[in-house]
Amino acid sequence: MSEDIKGLNLTLKVWRQKDRHTQGHFETYQVSNVSTEASFLEMMDILNEQLINNGQEPVAFDHDCREGICGACSLFINGRAHGPDDDITTCQLHMRKFHDGQTITVEPWRSGGFPIIKDLMVDRSAYDKIMQAGGFVSVSTGGVPDANAIPIPKPDADEAMDAAACIGCGACAATCKNGSAMLFVSAKVSQLALLPQGKVEAARRAKAMVAKMDELGFGNCTNTGACELECPKSVSISHIARLNREFLKANLKD
Amino acid sequence: MANLDSKIPEGDLKDKWSNYKEHQHLVNPANKRKIDIIVVGTGLAGGAAAASLAEMGFKVKAFCYQDSPRRAHSIAAQGGINAAKNYPNDGDSVYRLFYDTIKGGDYRAREANVYRLAEVSNNIIDQCVAQGVPFAREYGGLLANRSFGGALVSRTFYARGQTGQQLLLGAYSALSRQVGLKNVELYPRTEMMDLVMVDGRCRGIVARNLITGEVKAYFAHCVVLATGGYGNVYFLSTNAMGSNGSAAMKAYRKGAYFANPCMVQIHPTCIPQHGDFQSKLTLMSESLRNDGRIWVPKKKEDAEKLRKGQMKASDIPDEDRYFYLEERYPAFGNLVPRDVASRNAKERCDAGYGVNSTGKAVFLDFKYAIQRLGKDVVEQRYGNLFQMYQKITDTDPYKEPMMIYPAIHYTMGGLWVDYELSTTVPGLFAAGEANFSDHGANRLGASALMQGLADGYFVLPYTIQEYLADQFNVPRMDPEKQPEFKKAVEDVKAYINKLMNVKGKESVDSIHKRLGHIMWENVGMARTKESLERAITEIQALRKEFWSNVFIPGDVNGLNVELEKANRVADFLELGELIARDALHRNESCGGHFREESQDNGEAKRDDEHFMYVGAWEYKGEDKEPELHKEDLNYQFIKVQTRNYKTGK
Amino acid sequence: MKGFFKSSIGKKFIMSITGCFLVLFLTFHMCMNLVYVFSAEGYNMVCEFLGSNWYAVAGTMILALGFVFHIVYATILTIQNRKARGNDRYDNQNLPAGVEWSSKNMYVLGAIVFLGLLLHFSQFWAKMMFAELAGCEGAVPDKFATPGWETASTDGAAWIGFYFSQWHNVLLYLVWFAAIWLHLNHGFWSMFQTLGASNSKWIPRLKTIGTVYSSVIIGGFALVVLVAFFKNCGA
Repeated sequence: MSEDIKGLNLTLKVWRQKDRHTQGHFETYQVSNVSTEASFLEMMDILNEQLINNGQEPVAFDHDCREGICGACSLFINGRAHGPDDDITTCQLHMRKFHDGQTITVEPWRSGGFPIIKDLMVDRSAYDKIMQAGGFVSVSTGGVPDANAIPIPKPDADEAMDAAACIGCGACAATCKNGSAMLFVSAKVSQLALLPQGKVEAARRAKAMVAKMDELGFGNCTNTGACELECPKSVSISHIARLNREFLKANLKD
Repeated sequence: MANLDSKIPEGDLKDKWSNYKEHQHLVNPANKRKIDIIVVGTGLAGGAAAASLAEMGFKVKAFCYQDSPRRAHSIAAQGGINAAKNYPNDGDSVYRLFYDTIKGGDYRAREANVYRLAEVSNNIIDQCVAQGVPFAREYGGLLANRSFGGALVSRTFYARGQTGQQLLLGAYSALSRQVGLKNVELYPRTEMMDLVMVDGRCRGIVARNLITGEVKAYFAHCVVLATGGYGNVYFLSTNAMGSNGSAAMKAYRKGAYFANPCMVQIHPTCIPQHGDFQSKLTLMSESLRNDGRIWVPKKKEDAEKLRKGQMKASDIPDEDRYFYLEERYPAFGNLVPRDVASRNAKERCDAGYGVNSTGKAVFLDFKYAIQRLGKDVVEQRYGNLFQMYQKITDTDPYKEPMMIYPAIHYTMGGLWVDYELSTTVPGLFAAGEANFSDHGANRLGASALMQGLADGYFVLPYTIQEYLADQFNVPRMDPEKQPEFKKAVEDVKAYINKLMNVKGKESVDSIHKRLGHIMWENVGMARTKESLERAITEIQALRKEFWSNVFIPGDVNGLNVELEKANRVADFLELGELIARDALHRNESCGGHFREESQDNGEAKRDDEHFMYVGAWEYKGEDKEPELHKEDLNYQFIKVQTRNYKTGK
Repeated sequence: MKGFFKSSIGKKFIMSITGCFLVLFLTFHMCMNLVYVFSAEGYNMVCEFLGSNWYAVAGTMILALGFVFHIVYATILTIQNRKARGNDRYDNQNLPAGVEWSSKNMYVLGAIVFLGLLLHFSQFWAKMMFAELAGCEGAVPDKFATPGWETASTDGAAWIGFYFSQWHNVLLYLVWFAAIWLHLNHGFWSMFQTLGASNSKWIPRLKTIGTVYSSVIIGGFALVVLVAFFKNCGA
């Protein structure tokens, strides 16, 4: 960066925790001259480079694609999942959303379903387990009909896509005061219930996924709607309504 | 070791794959249970392969470094997936897809493989729809298509700007189903550190648990590497931060040949770089070139004013805009293949017409599309991409044109594989971007997804049985007891300790950035003998520096991100040299590989007489020059031509 | 249906159904109260009619049961939810605008509603029922006996007049109503959402209907209290 551009000087209050079983605490760091063009994670890179150069361990956080689609990044920044901007993941948050001299609090997801691994990194494998319980259409490779054999109304396909946009980042459960995974579960149940291919085993899927979600200790949805507001992909809680409907239907059948 | 037998089946091009399937050896269902397969990587190729193999009855172990298989970088593909369905009735066919792919790849891919790819492309769409992938549809309920670079037909299926995500989630759901059924054991946050060889065959891997730091060996009758590309050699690329070439490099050191490493694709539509602290480049889908028009100012003074922020793009009247792709390549216009679009952007910027404060950007303008289609239609097609652009750059692309610049995106090169996707190491297969097979010197848009899924769903599940047919009576080995496994674990631990014990002063990222800089400047969009030689010397020096001055804080036991990165960068430091070496030897321009010495009025000049082969490199030991093997490409079913995107004939 | 009521959605289903039941009860109660505005005698007739009918008594029992379920399940869910949240809390959490305050505090609001209910019972229902059971319909406890108030203890209208002539009761009831309004305003659409009877189009509509509906109900209750106050404050 050229000398004449004045960047942001920031105080960072970052959660540090050695591992799952050790008590964590906040550490305060200073970073200076951060460009407003930088992304939040690039600012974290600058902090880490600074720490490494001082012989300290860098802050561990999850991230990978850095373009808002893989769902790896998390972080609770100044009290909000994925930080103070809407419809984005942390990796797409840019420093122009902050001002010079600001103190930024960076915390990991805190939810019973996501135990902390280290610093800001959490274990979200519970979401995988829920998917393994039923988040699929039971077709094996080969022997399927032609792709155009079953027409699907465009509105249904579009709504299924809205739900399918979920990236499994965990912001929903992390932000929910009940630690509920309903938005995540409903996105998959709803997507597949909307499509004829998935309808065949919709009842089985709804029951299996809800049972697994309960078993893993996620909380109960109380319709606060915080999840949909913090969801980087704007998955709507109308999918939760559909999950409820599918689950009721499935239970009425037997 | 003259083992560059590509094992292409006999017969007419159209019959090769059917012939192969009809005559190959198979494993009977009861025996499949006795066979273990390791799949490293859970992207489109790995995820699809692991799921399909498990469905067939094999016992699969799937590894990925991410916390979930769903996060593999296939997820970031935006635009779409090609298939020869010909739903729009615009004259598409399997042959045409095959032809376009070979031509787009500048005649450096193997005919039989590409034809097979085109053949199974249709099955992929069927399979994905059956899995519940919500592809875009028309009001009649049938699937919608759009066009993509390098093709004259609309054959691209898409799910908004998130096609890769939806396809990967399809494969991930199939994989999850098999994990639930206990046919797949999943090892997330586990990184492969080496292969285990027993009696000349690959029999497993050594992997490090990234959370606990535990190094452990795993047995399998065969191993599939589906570990993606190595674009991150350049530090800045559109790849994910964790994407790496380490698995391929470990295989290379164990005897797998590395083919065409210099063939690296530079994608024309990325968001330009903005600073030194930048960690990655973001791709804007090529589908934008369907409706966006690419231009730079005609007048240098306008370009200068734009750079200084003294005027806006929208201030420049149409007659002062140079739509260079449309004028230079009338038949394909803005939809020329990626290498052509990238090189032209670089040419304009080097000539002083670049925009953005850095002078390294061109415009991609939607003004005309909005006039023609209306804002609503544009928003429907590209809304999420526009939003992404706005979030990153803070500019509204509905009002001001986007700025784009080429960036490293995809690597056509990779582990050499034969028709069966087997590497030169018996029992080691490579699928997806990790192999070199189908894209020649340049990949067409929407073909990576196609190839990954083709390999994973429809090719490997067949061809791997040819190898496994006599393996069911090889009993499972105990990695805790078998000496080869124990030794492999010890070697990996020693290697990790060697890294940790350098205890120098420079961070891994800092060295990686320096490597990236050497690569981009010397082995980037335009390469010369001098630049490549310089690159080799500089990389060698940098490698020495790495091994004497890298600093990795923390502990080997437990999570250590810097150690993970160091392991990857150590491999990049060798791979970078290999890329430069390959680029140096290939004194021609083809596809993504452009040698300034080999051009014709600024257009790339291929040298079929001397270079119509696949260059596969054999590892010869540390600090020894690798040996080049050639697999000649014999085009029997296609007429080799100079690529022409100007006239349409 | 096996295991349905043990599942998270099943428990929510109970909350929704019992909640729905309570909404209906409130509607009915409010309609009944409105009679007071027009005629105290009419109001007492309704009271008497309801008090002496076996189905009204049975209805009361079912109502009570609904209440118990609603409260018990709310408690179970709240405990589970706190546990699911984990032990560590955010140092700072700013929910984005758009999350209703009431939706986050339904249990607290419920508790206020419950406390208000106890007050209400002790002031009206218990006294009237007790009087009826004890057969002392003509007796009014001394401390409530004020000149001009020669009425029977089963005389609901008299109780209304008596209590709401005191400003602090009016205030308490209005606070209580506010809590019920908030509880109801979220509960209404939430009930449909839990039953799966909503979608992206209907969520905003149900929210609006819910707001109007709870305002009408609570407005009705508040009207009676205010009318009673102004009728009797000078007495």
